[in-house]
Amino acid sequence: MEKKSTEQLEAICSQVRRDILRMVHACQSGHPGASLGCTEFFVALYFDQMTNNPDFNLDGPGEDLFFLSNGHISPVWYSVLARSGYFETSELKTFRKLNSRLQGHPATEEGLPGIRIASGSLGQGLSVGIGAAFAKKINKDDKTVYVLMGDGEQQEGQIWEAALSAPHHKLDNLIATIDLNGQQIDGPTKDIINLGDLKAKWEAFGWEVIVTEHGNDMSGVVKGLEKAKSLLGKGKPVLNLLHTDMGYGVDFMVGTHKWHGVAPNDEQLENALGQLKETLGDY
Amino acid sequence: MENKLDTKYTYTEKKDTRSGFGDGLLEAGRRNENVVALCADLIGSLKMGAFQKEFPERFFQMGISEANMIGAAAGLTIGGKIPFTGTFANFSTGRVYDQIRQSVAYSEKNVKICASHAGLTLGEDGATHQILEDIGMMKMLPNMTVINPCDYNQTKAATIAIAEHEGPVYLRFGRPKWPIFTPENQEFEIGKAWKMIEGTDVTIFATGHLVWEAVEAEAILRAEGISVELINIHTIKPLDTEAILKSVAKTGCAVSAEEHQFNGGLNDSIAQTLIRNQPAPLEFIGVDDSFGESGKPEELLEKYGLNAKNIVEAAKRAISRK
Repeated sequence: MEKKSTEQLEAICSQVRRDILRMVHACQSGHPGASLGCTEFFVALYFDQMTNNPDFNLDGPGEDLFFLSNGHISPVWYSVLARSGYFETSELKTFRKLNSRLQGHPATEEGLPGIRIASGSLGQGLSVGIGAAFAKKINKDDKTVYVLMGDGEQQEGQIWEAALSAPHHKLDNLIATIDLNGQQIDGPTKDIINLGDLKAKWEAFGWEVIVTEHGNDMSGVVKGLEKAKSLLGKGKPVLNLLHTDMGYGVDFMVGTHKWHGVAPNDEQLENALGQLKETLGDY
Repeated sequence: MENKLDTKYTYTEKKDTRSGFGDGLLEAGRRNENVVALCADLIGSLKMGAFQKEFPERFFQMGISEANMIGAAAGLTIGGKIPFTGTFANFSTGRVYDQIRQSVAYSEKNVKICASHAGLTLGEDGATHQILEDIGMMKMLPNMTVINPCDYNQTKAATIAIAEHEGPVYLRFGRPKWPIFTPENQEFEIGKAWKMIEGTDVTIFATGHLVWEAVEAEAILRAEGISVELINIHTIKPLDTEAILKSVAKTGCAVSAEEHQFNGGLNDSIAQTLIRNQPAPLEFIGVDDSFGESGKPEELLEKYGLNAKNIVEAAKRAISRK
């Protein structure tokens, strides 16, 4: 794949945001907020950073692997998988509908290309990434394992089991990212269970920690991921603290937990789509 | 009872089923380089030390972090590995049910969940560790195979067999030294019940350690002129319903025996099979909605009504209901 410019990547983001909103609107359910907030990250991974093969092989030998732990942001993942060639974009219209491969939360049962394990029940993805990173080490496969988690998800105990484990096993082929949007279902994360200083916490657990201050600025996201990559192979796993705005790209959705799991109505959809250019053609 | 009964199967040695697992794991590891093992700080208890020593690069010490261990095992399958996880049955199931449900069973991952210290025969550790609900939890999960072998030899054979089987498996075994009465190097066919003794008056279906109690019960009943058919149900799921129905069609009644709650275990599965196909009197040997307690294994089997004597009584009750 030819290297894309920042502008080209941003254009893809605009289309992905349209997909997210149209998918969630069509079934009147799903999670637009953090999907919109993580769009730059997903586009950067799949269109710029990862060595991956849309001709899908579940075991993924010789390619970078991505695991989504906070599975409820499936709309952004499905859109990016379709837009990067894993399956037809027309399938996006089946999202959350009966007999669809695009389940509410990602699943492998019907064999949707790009999905390697089910997620949605929070806290499990980093452990899975650790296992996949073990397998890459045994197989002498030098590619990287990526994991994305939510920030609310940091309240799950299993995350901290995994956080202890990866540095102990010197998994320096693993880049975990936390989507720091500061929101969860019941409100701002600091009011629900305050996560405190995540940088200090993860460093204390033995991770190499980097901070991406502007997770909705494409060049910043790419730089952050490149920095993360440069730290691999030195005996430590890498954690990327990605500051994002929930609902980014739509003025009335940004920066609030209100759109965590709420679909726009017809009028809201029209308003939102008016703010996002159709760059690759709607599905 | 030191083997004084005229049992159809005999033993010269006792050994723990967990050692059958440990030796089977080593053998599976030698046969297939993709076999890997993870343990949650119980290498000695699970007898995983020989595998660790021979294949250090394929062994992962996960510490007392069972949820992370199950997730990592699921991840290891992505890349073609066949992970065996080892911890106590309690921590292999109830503690990590959601992890198994989502990351293993729903995701159809080739993980082998190997669980020791199951049931009352764990003994002195008491109820916190004597899980009696694990078979129920595991058999309820779609895609999960559930196996509970009866002695050292069968456990070793089962461990080797599950490495060659594609899909999630729950393998349950125990702590105490138990008679070795099945053949060495036996073939183990997942899902295939083993008719150990032919008979005509009553069928005894038994799994795990209670198969030995059933072997003794058969000898006692035979001495009283009652002909018992004994079927070893090492695989609880998928259940060999054909073998069950065929036997009960002949004998007309049955006893099912396991170290588990009545709710959810083998007893439940046999009852469902009979009720839906050919109703017949069925007596349960198991634990009736209670937790266990500390004590010696044989004392606990006696107190909770799970030993050979109890199976004899249950068989007579079943026959009287025909």
